[in-house]
Amino acid sequence: MSAPTPSLTGRFGEFGGRYVPETLISALDELVVAYEEAGRDPGFAADLEHLLTNFVGRPTPLYKAERLGAEIGHPAVYLKREDLNHTGAHKINNTMGQVLLARRMGKHRIIAETGAGQHGVATATACALFDLECVVYMGEEDIERQALNVYRMELLGAEVRPVSSGTRTLKDATNEAIRDWVTNVGDTHYIIGSVVGPDPFPRMVRDFQSVIGREARAQILEAEGRLPEVVVACVGGGSNAMGMFSEFVPEEGVRLVGVEAAGEGVETGRHSASLSAGRPGVLHGSLSYLLQNSDGQVAPAHSISAGLDYPGVGPEHSYLKEQGRATYTSVTDHEALEAFRQLSQLEGIIPALESAHAIAYVLREGASYRDGGPLLICLSGRGDKDVAHVARVEGRGMLL
Amino acid sequence: MISQAFEARRSQGRAALVPYVTAGYPAIDSTVPLLEALASAGADVLELGIPFSDPLADGPTIQRSSFASLEGGTTVRSVLADLRVFRSRNATPVVLMTYLNPVLRYGIDSFLADAVEAGANGLLLTDLPTGADPGLEERVSASPLDLIRLVAPTTDPDRVPEVAAGGSGFLYYISRTGVTGATSELRDTIGDEVGRVRAAVSLPVAVGFGISTPKQAGEVAAVADGVVVGSALIHLLQDGEIDSAASFLSSLRSGMDAARSDHSS
Repeated sequence: MSAPTPSLTGRFGEFGGRYVPETLISALDELVVAYEEAGRDPGFAADLEHLLTNFVGRPTPLYKAERLGAEIGHPAVYLKREDLNHTGAHKINNTMGQVLLARRMGKHRIIAETGAGQHGVATATACALFDLECVVYMGEEDIERQALNVYRMELLGAEVRPVSSGTRTLKDATNEAIRDWVTNVGDTHYIIGSVVGPDPFPRMVRDFQSVIGREARAQILEAEGRLPEVVVACVGGGSNAMGMFSEFVPEEGVRLVGVEAAGEGVETGRHSASLSAGRPGVLHGSLSYLLQNSDGQVAPAHSISAGLDYPGVGPEHSYLKEQGRATYTSVTDHEALEAFRQLSQLEGIIPALESAHAIAYVLREGASYRDGGPLLICLSGRGDKDVAHVARVEGRGMLL
Repeated sequence: MISQAFEARRSQGRAALVPYVTAGYPAIDSTVPLLEALASAGADVLELGIPFSDPLADGPTIQRSSFASLEGGTTVRSVLADLRVFRSRNATPVVLMTYLNPVLRYGIDSFLADAVEAGANGLLLTDLPTGADPGLEERVSASPLDLIRLVAPTTDPDRVPEVAAGGSGFLYYISRTGVTGATSELRDTIGDEVGRVRAAVSLPVAVGFGISTPKQAGEVAAVADGVVVGSALIHLLQDGEIDSAASFLSSLRSGMDAARSDHSS
């Protein structure tokens, strides 16, 4: 079984597709062609490889977390250290690939949406490197939560446009980015930050992120001589998880676990657990699991982690769920905060709040894997950006 | 019904006027009187928007009307109930306009049946472009509702006949790349663009996005079969005055008819 690839209509099973205004169809067609041509061009792969090695700092280490393992009684817990990438998260794997594509297409203006700000920073960084105009849409609530990343984007030369409509978070930032793209489609490329949106974005972003899984697979074989028993990653839109999972999907003995944000608890309705508690619907160009009310209006998501605070999820995750190939669970804000602290003190690694969801799952349920093979966690980003926010949540006042 | 309304205007040498309003705006109980006022003021076809939480093809004016309507309690069922009342009093054709998700959640077959029963004549789904979901598109086409299709300035000319073939009623030409909302000036090339689309299809072609004055409506009426106006009308409704929206529509009608008589003289 090979990694699922969408059919010509851009679907994973029934999920995915291209549910967009007519104005964008030609741009998506152009992108499909450019992506196919780039895939056949050894020069493109060489350019990307060069950037990932020399600018991003890949390969990232696979680190054996001895004290975290001891905490749950497991002898072989490994962290894939995406937090050690330049700009501090996995997001830059995708922005490097897409900026190279934008240059091939002759687009000189780049737009992006961002939640936690990590994708915005990664996009601003890539645009600075290639001297491209960069506009990042960010919800006002996230601007408050992630002030440090706003300043980083501006420092890198990007314009951050606050989004005040709707829930003032990632969902509405994405709406506004799509509106910008519809308006400026001639000279603008939209770098979507996750495995969401209309085809070809979900498969393209997955492919750019699959470097995570390729490296991790080779590294764990090197370290342990066998494949992992289970691979764990957090899921908002789901790009770090898809990048990690895609290499292991064909390995039927490897369990894949995606961890969504349960916010204040799935039963409270204030959460972002689209796969666990939503149902299929159409948002931002694709059919996938979606938080929505009984009238088909998109329900507001909630998570302490801005990067997971999204009511939709990548269509390939919906497909893996329906196929039973991956399982999806959730952890609460409280559990994620505990994991944020615990990983810091056990391993000297401050994880991003998003990644802390994957850690929290392992702290909660890792003991059940202790008699099996290695446990592999995608540590998708570092937590520096979250320190001030967590301090505020804990009542420690404004640090920044 | 819809194509006949266009044909009736065409036979008079005039263009059809197609106002868009968001159901449940400015108030949950204003939809029926508003539709009646617009029909009296010269609307040939009415576009009735079912609000959606994430209107990503709409500019600020229609976004605000959508959010206000949803906060006021508008649902798919309440819109269909309003339409049923309007239809019992007025024969002007109505196109329901929305995004796909509320329709999917309602259930596509139930929605089509209930919309027909309530008196709808057409359906426009902003995020269902031609070819995106053939099974779904066929079900709409097989229903008595006209499937209103859109062509954008970015649409490949080779794709235009395919888009038109999947639609009925009229073809909606989007006047510019962008979201809905008023603009100060229409692009100079709009006449040529509409001319090329009209030459390629047999459906009547209406033009929308950005038309906000009688002069602009006249310019479009001179080159197209119909004029769609939305945001400018919604803007006038924000103070809750249906009368001012109706008189604005009458002024557009006059602008269009004057332009056509200039054109033909």
